[in-house]
Amino acid sequence: MTDPDANAPDADKLRLARQFIEAIPHSHALGMKVESIGGGAAVLSMPYDLRLVGDPRTGVIHGGAVSALMDTCCGAAVMSHPEAPAGTATIDLRIDYMRAATPGQRITARAECFHITRSVAFVRASAHDEETGIPVASATGAFTVERMKKGGAA
Amino acid sequence: MTRPKPEPVQLIKQRRDGALRALVSGVPYIQFLGITFERRGDELTAVLPFDDKLIGNPMLPALHGGVTAAFLEVTAIIELSWSYLWEDLEAGRIDAASLDPMHLPRLPKTIDFTVDYLRSGLPRDAYARARVNRSGRRYASVHVEAWQDNRSRLFAQATGHFLMPDPAQNG
Repeated sequence: MTDPDANAPDADKLRLARQFIEAIPHSHALGMKVESIGGGAAVLSMPYDLRLVGDPRTGVIHGGAVSALMDTCCGAAVMSHPEAPAGTATIDLRIDYMRAATPGQRITARAECFHITRSVAFVRASAHDEETGIPVASATGAFTVERMKKGGAA
Repeated sequence: MTRPKPEPVQLIKQRRDGALRALVSGVPYIQFLGITFERRGDELTAVLPFDDKLIGNPMLPALHGGVTAAFLEVTAIIELSWSYLWEDLEAGRIDAASLDPMHLPRLPKTIDFTVDYLRSGLPRDAYARARVNRSGRRYASVHVEAWQDNRSRLFAQATGHFLMPDPAQNG
């Protein structure tokens, strides 16, 4: 994959964000991959993995693993917003499960930070398996906006 | 009039613990996160022992928000399944000896799940308990609370709605 932001002034920042997200121990454990990130939006994907199965009779991935992908993707979208916070944490996250993800397929989440204030970032996201159409799940969440301390002193 | 002789305590424990083990051990994702369940009568407490792979913010370090969500959702689903499994088990409609992960009643499906993050999850063990607030023929509403050091200082809570399994599909 070529980096579409390679020439953008924020390229270093985005590359750092990608490295940072993929290095998060739990994201790494789930095999999450940053497909794209920037401008308050992020796309993250996660491979099908037998360890993540929630119902042994159907082989469908557990909703909790989808939640982990959605949470990370929403957090990544907030971090990449032009009014980028120094850090962020989830205040609340609601997930609607529309249908079971097809066993064996990769799950891709897309998140967009559609509004940000001095203290709160509002995010929505959706997750698809390899079939287009109805998403597997959708999410809405509120995240904290932690500002850089002025003057360098923490 | 004579009362029936009470069942030997070991037999009761064996049946209940066996059913719980079958329910929990059959779900790979529960094993992946390392969640276990402790039982006192019908009351369940989920335990998430701390592990490095559960970290979401290496600087603090803090539990991953997704891990917290998953822990709460697992607790809600097991509590809900346990509540209807318990009734069948105690009424003798299910034989505990025949229960294995592939022959359990079907699990409820999550319709929606809302997590409230109250404080960051510390790098130590976490506990959770769920309460089934309403359980109808088709839908159920479950509330879950999770804490670490102090039972009264929750680090997260959640409410979820679930679609109950179709009784006709249970085998």
